[in-house]
Amino acid sequence: MTTQSSSGGDFTSNLGRVYAIYTGSFLGFVVFIWLLEKLGVPNIYLGYLFVAFTIGVYALIGYISRTMQVSEYYVAGRKVPSFYNGMATAADWMSAASFIGMAGTLYALGYDGLAFILGWTGGYVLVAILIAPYLRKFGAYTVPDFLAARFGGNAARLCGILVLMACSFTYVVAQIVGTGLIGARLLGMPFELAVFVGLVGILVCSMLGGMRAVTWTQVAQYIVLIIAYLVPVMILSTQKFGLPLPQLTYGSVLSEIATREAALGVPAASSHVAPFTRYDPLNFFGLILCLMVGTASLPHVLMRYFTTPSVREARSSVAWTLLFIFILYFTAPAYAAFAKLEVYTNVIGQPLSAVFSNPELGWMRSYGRPGLALMTLCGAPIDTLQATLAACSKIGIANVTEATQITLRMFAIQNDAIVISTPEIAGLPYVVAGLVAAGGLAAALSTADGLLLAIANALSHDIYYKMINKDASTAKRLVIARVLLIIVAILAAWVASTRPDDIVAMVAWAFSLAAAGLFPALVLGIWSKRVNQQGAVAGILAGFFVTLVYLVVTRYYPWFGVEYLGMYSNKNPVTGANLVDLAKLKAENAALYFQSVVPLSHPMANRVGWFSVSNISAGLFGLPVGFIVMYVVSLMTPAPSSELQKFIDEVRRPRGKTMMEEKA
Amino acid sequence: MSENTDRHWQRTSTLMWTMLALWAFFSFIIHFFVVPLNAIRIAGFPLGFYMAAQGSLIVFVAMLFWFSKAQDKIDREEGVAEDE
Repeated sequence: MTTQSSSGGDFTSNLGRVYAIYTGSFLGFVVFIWLLEKLGVPNIYLGYLFVAFTIGVYALIGYISRTMQVSEYYVAGRKVPSFYNGMATAADWMSAASFIGMAGTLYALGYDGLAFILGWTGGYVLVAILIAPYLRKFGAYTVPDFLAARFGGNAARLCGILVLMACSFTYVVAQIVGTGLIGARLLGMPFELAVFVGLVGILVCSMLGGMRAVTWTQVAQYIVLIIAYLVPVMILSTQKFGLPLPQLTYGSVLSEIATREAALGVPAASSHVAPFTRYDPLNFFGLILCLMVGTASLPHVLMRYFTTPSVREARSSVAWTLLFIFILYFTAPAYAAFAKLEVYTNVIGQPLSAVFSNPELGWMRSYGRPGLALMTLCGAPIDTLQATLAACSKIGIANVTEATQITLRMFAIQNDAIVISTPEIAGLPYVVAGLVAAGGLAAALSTADGLLLAIANALSHDIYYKMINKDASTAKRLVIARVLLIIVAILAAWVASTRPDDIVAMVAWAFSLAAAGLFPALVLGIWSKRVNQQGAVAGILAGFFVTLVYLVVTRYYPWFGVEYLGMYSNKNPVTGANLVDLAKLKAENAALYFQSVVPLSHPMANRVGWFSVSNISAGLFGLPVGFIVMYVVSLMTPAPSSELQKFIDEVRRPRGKTMMEEKA
Repeated sequence: MSENTDRHWQRTSTLMWTMLALWAFFSFIIHFFVVPLNAIRIAGFPLGFYMAAQGSLIVFVAMLFWFSKAQDKIDREEGVAEDE
């Protein structure tokens, strides 16, 4: 089977040196671009250089890591040290949304946005204590594979594949849309071209070397993305406080924000640090739970822990993962705070004319320009003074003149804009903006790689090899795996090129679906000897479909939920009033009330439900249903066979061989 | 050292429940008290905000490194640890 001599040994023993040189070269490259900028090379070329250089490096790593061995292709030969697997998993985990959108979410939501910070970190505690070490001991290639082995049959495998597909496909499409947006917004590329670049970037990383290549490019991508995330806000912090530690200095920023908010007449109850202004406590804590449990169930994350050399390293690897994720997530609230103070200080209270004359506010015009409109004044893109004055009159602001001061109500900034525009707001050279673009691209590509591999491996390993052709030769399996990978990638890129707004919003669904569909089966599969195949299948399907129905009905068929499922209007978290008066709407505009497949702007979309639980916390219903159904059905049916009992004992015991080692 | 699978699993479960309790405390319970905690300010940070933005996260990271050591100790003492 050794058709290619394993160069992995040499490489893994020199990892420290290889990545130190890589990091040094990347920093050198950034300095080189900065010099080019000083020499007057136009920004657009600098941006393309950034993209070409980073994707070129990923492609090179992908090519060097090519392999013809099944275990290298699926689990990187189980040779990835825990430290590096931690880095790769962190890149795998942090998506375009984390990189570009997180700080903006915190800017908009204040304290309530921290539910995302908590939810997307604390989940790793569950991964480490409940799941990852045991999956590593089992050792096969995919999460559905584990379900099939533990519950003894392909029914559990198919259920696993169903959930995996449902949560991974929309997610990978969103990443490719992310590359398109980053290319379009930061580098001025046409959206479709940027999507194509994204597709190429993903395929060069994953096709030749599978998991092995994805692992080593993800490590490289983590280094790029974390440098790109930290540099701008560290410079901001240094400018303001002389200390490049924004995570510490933004305490003072929060104090200043509070002072400004008081001066601007923002009620204390809706200040930046006040809790439960956007989410009521049930939704806040429900969201944290869904995100945490979802994190602990997402197949593309869990499969990374198959790649460590031992169970022991799988555990420490989760700790490293969380540390590397933590570095970005504890910086995001600082980003949000610095941006908010900047807006309160330099935008609010300025006369409208300043936006069009003051060079220090040039960034408002560049990010607010029509066609981009990441920032708006009075709900309109920032184009000319006349247009802005007209827009402000239109939304009912009386006596608008060019001397009218900008208020909080007039200025709006999109979530995505915070990270993207920070370099320019701080007056930093373009090279920093290019760096941010490269970082966002790294975040999107690394996540897309992992997801794509999870999907393609489920098709090639679980469906083709385990269910259709058990006698397939190694060569044939690897060809099939690559063909499927390319097909799925092209399909995802094609969906992404249609700019599906809905799909991007659906990413949040993946966490609830994974939580309700997979978590009970994984946890009870390891921690209970009583749960059997019947229970697992029933529990997975029940949890998954309860969640799916809640998501689809509240988003697309709200009238059906109200009429037949006992749903009612969600409440405003502060006043407790109904968000929508259903009886009145039904009486006055029945056509609107009974509309199906409603757009997001529909008054009832995402505004009805049970107990005021919002759409993104749907797992709150599916998760308990999944656990209860799984356990009760198991108790009503015979206990697992003694062979399966032995299997569980073996999974729990670190010593001994990896259970599903491929025979070479 | 001789192998003791039952005791190993019992000690592993105890560690799991301990970790789970800590997890629940720092994920949920401490944030129930965000309003009173926000009255306390440290280096400009209202404490309730700080716990959600950094405090709990630091605890999670520390917990996982400690857990990985503690579980390894259990594995070794009960004779089920992997060979180096």
